[in-house]
Amino acid sequence: MELSAAFWIILTGSLVAASCGILGSFLVLRKMSLIGDAISHSVLPGIAIAFIISASRDVLPMIIGASAFGLLTVFLIEILNKKWRVQEDASIGIIYTALFAIGVILISMMAGHIDLDQECVLYGEIAYTPWDIVIINGAEWGPRPVWFIGTVFIINILFIRTFYKEMVISSFDPALAMSLGFNVSLLHYLFMGMVSLTTVASFESVGAILVVAMLIVPGATAYLWTNRLPVMLILSVIFGILSSVFGYLLATYWESSIAGAMTVAAGILFLVSILLAPQYGLLGKFYNHLKLSVSFASDHLLLLLYRQLEREPQTLVIPGAVYQSTSTGRLPTLLALMKNRRDGRISKRKKHLYLTDSGKEMAHQLIQRHRLWERFASRELGLPDDEHVHESAHRMEHFIDENITEELYQVVNNEKSSKSKAKDKYEKK
Amino acid sequence: MMDQILRFISVSDANVRYVLIGSMLLGMAAGIIGTFALLRKRSLLGDALAHAALPGVGLGFLLTLSKSIVPLFIGASIAGILGVLTIIGITRTNRIKQDAAIGITLSVYFGAGIVLLTYIQRLPSGNQSGLDKFLFGQAASMLPSDIMMMSIVSLLVILIVIALFKEFRLLIFDQAFLATLGYPVHILDILLMVLVVFVVMIGLQAVGVVLMAALLITPAAGARFWTENLRSMIILAAVFGAFSGVVGTFLSSLAPRIPTGPVMVLAATMFFVISAVSAPRRGLAAKLLQLRHNRRKMQQEHFLRAAIEWLELHHESKAIPLKAFIGRTEMPISKLKRVTAWLIDKRMIKFSSSNHIQLTQKGYDKALQIVKSHRLWEYYLLYRMQLQEDHLHRDADEIEHILTPDLIDQIEKILQNEGVDTSNVVSVHPLHQ
Repeated sequence: MELSAAFWIILTGSLVAASCGILGSFLVLRKMSLIGDAISHSVLPGIAIAFIISASRDVLPMIIGASAFGLLTVFLIEILNKKWRVQEDASIGIIYTALFAIGVILISMMAGHIDLDQECVLYGEIAYTPWDIVIINGAEWGPRPVWFIGTVFIINILFIRTFYKEMVISSFDPALAMSLGFNVSLLHYLFMGMVSLTTVASFESVGAILVVAMLIVPGATAYLWTNRLPVMLILSVIFGILSSVFGYLLATYWESSIAGAMTVAAGILFLVSILLAPQYGLLGKFYNHLKLSVSFASDHLLLLLYRQLEREPQTLVIPGAVYQSTSTGRLPTLLALMKNRRDGRISKRKKHLYLTDSGKEMAHQLIQRHRLWERFASRELGLPDDEHVHESAHRMEHFIDENITEELYQVVNNEKSSKSKAKDKYEKK
Repeated sequence: MMDQILRFISVSDANVRYVLIGSMLLGMAAGIIGTFALLRKRSLLGDALAHAALPGVGLGFLLTLSKSIVPLFIGASIAGILGVLTIIGITRTNRIKQDAAIGITLSVYFGAGIVLLTYIQRLPSGNQSGLDKFLFGQAASMLPSDIMMMSIVSLLVILIVIALFKEFRLLIFDQAFLATLGYPVHILDILLMVLVVFVVMIGLQAVGVVLMAALLITPAAGARFWTENLRSMIILAAVFGAFSGVVGTFLSSLAPRIPTGPVMVLAATMFFVISAVSAPRRGLAAKLLQLRHNRRKMQQEHFLRAAIEWLELHHESKAIPLKAFIGRTEMPISKLKRVTAWLIDKRMIKFSSSNHIQLTQKGYDKALQIVKSHRLWEYYLLYRMQLQEDHLHRDADEIEHILTPDLIDQIEKILQNEGVDTSNVVSVHPLHQ
């Protein structure tokens, strides 16, 4: 029994997370996260009114009430923002607090008459899910919330599949969608209707707080990992499911609210992604930065050793000396040294560093580029012939690739040249 | 019921008196700080802050195991400030936009708060700790010491704003200028945020986490409809906030089951709606009136122009048959009747027989002026902008009503310089027969 209860709770949480994650990805892309937040608060009066009218926990009146209030929220926010010229964030704040206040008052006026209270709505009682069993003809058909949210999940998938192209275009380029003849505002309201429906389905079983979290956090987390929408959608579902599994474990460990713990788990996943995501994460950024520093350091290192060759009498370079002489810092220099020794550009004999032949060629090319840029900057850009030229060349030499070298060569010499020509020149020396 | 109302109004109940003063001061402070937050486009930051404070409340309780307001206030403030830093950190370090950052912070901190509160409720000392009052607020159940704290912080916030009014005003409208005057812009900005934090924290007990944002946003947004002046906006927002506090306290003292927070929020929303509808100039009613006024002016001008055009075609007569206007002005007869009545009121036309009208001298002058500006504009479009002749009439129709006499003079000069005879402007297109 324990195990199957855990199974049903995690399944419910995962279904909520997956439904919200898919919609949430689009909310994040459309910069409408806070409208999702607003809707998930302001469906409360809809639910309360449905309770009063139907005097039961029937699903259908609740869906109708909540969806109506969800759409009303979007509509009112738009009126305040577009017609009354209230700032968008303020419009959201005004509308959702007003509607939520109405909901709380309705519920507290009915307190005692119905089994619905504010705390229950906010925290959600996902823990009771396994005991709310559907019984048809005496046979047990599993918990009711699972059926409810499962159906909504399937509707969500169908909605996104049907309108995928329209949703994508209107999310990324509303003007294009309009000019292609899509009914953008109808689609907008359909989408908002889906958000309301998902909210109410989740609300009842897991509470408002988890809905807000699941609408925003998994989508935002997925957004950190990828630039491709289909991948983002799948990732948001995966992150949502992970949050609910992980959150359940946390909740049993802390003996606390399951919905709250699932939210915290989603937050932890987000934090981890901020650190680890390859392109947008802090570590990824640090890695890219380091890579660039290493390539700078490598250039500096080769130039340093090359200059020692030209100097008379020849001084020898020991590894310790290079750290002070390059401006890129210790770690990048060390990595650059290791990389160049591995690639056979620098060799070490009797504790001294030497350029190999391929290292010499590389350094020579660098110097060529440096001088080419100096000439270009002086003649074509008209920079004064002092540190200005040298400084800019110092910075540019790292970025000039073969094609640009070729272009610069042609511009500076007013003539066609080929890579082979440059190479010949070097070999003659 | 009557008895309760009387007791409330006479403020004889000491407890009600305290609560009333507290929530009035809170409403004022929130309205004032909310005005700055709104103008700084940071309305929802207060929302995020309030949600983020919840784990701080829990931790404050766990560490001291007391419900006294000071540790809870300190814990909430620290958590709130951490929340703001989290939002800034998320938007600074990666591609997540501010709205999502606010949503993430708000929900995750709140979730953490719920985890802490449910954990506390399982502790032997945590039973009936009443911390869940922080979710929705219950001003009526506050202790005198809570209200003392609330009043002191509110007063402090109000005094700081009065003292630093000029600096804050520049912070909102012209930061560059503030910096050139030698003020530390960042420190002032942070101070403003800290004031928001304080107001949110003292508001938690009265209105709760979820609805605190409304006290910051709604009165300020309502006040914005009435004025363009910062000082009056702040005063109005403070008044709205204070009255919301009074209404909230009053209603929830009548029906203790109803939490104070939501009632306060609804009262503030009511002030907002009243402002949006009835404020002069920016209000909805004023805009509708202006719209109607413009439409009527336009219809009268069309009528007068039609009269001149008819007279140009029929030199022999001065009495214009009413049916001549039907085709020219494209107005239904009922409308024409009303326009005629307005113009008679203004003594611009009079009836010469039952179905003929005649222009008075005043009406004739006005009509000539209208026709002239209409045609000058058409000339301008034709010669200067080189529009096609058949496009002219409609464009001229739309703009002639908003051309000021200065502009007409300007256009006339431009056309004269180009050698157009403007002394006797005739229509560039055939007139309606």
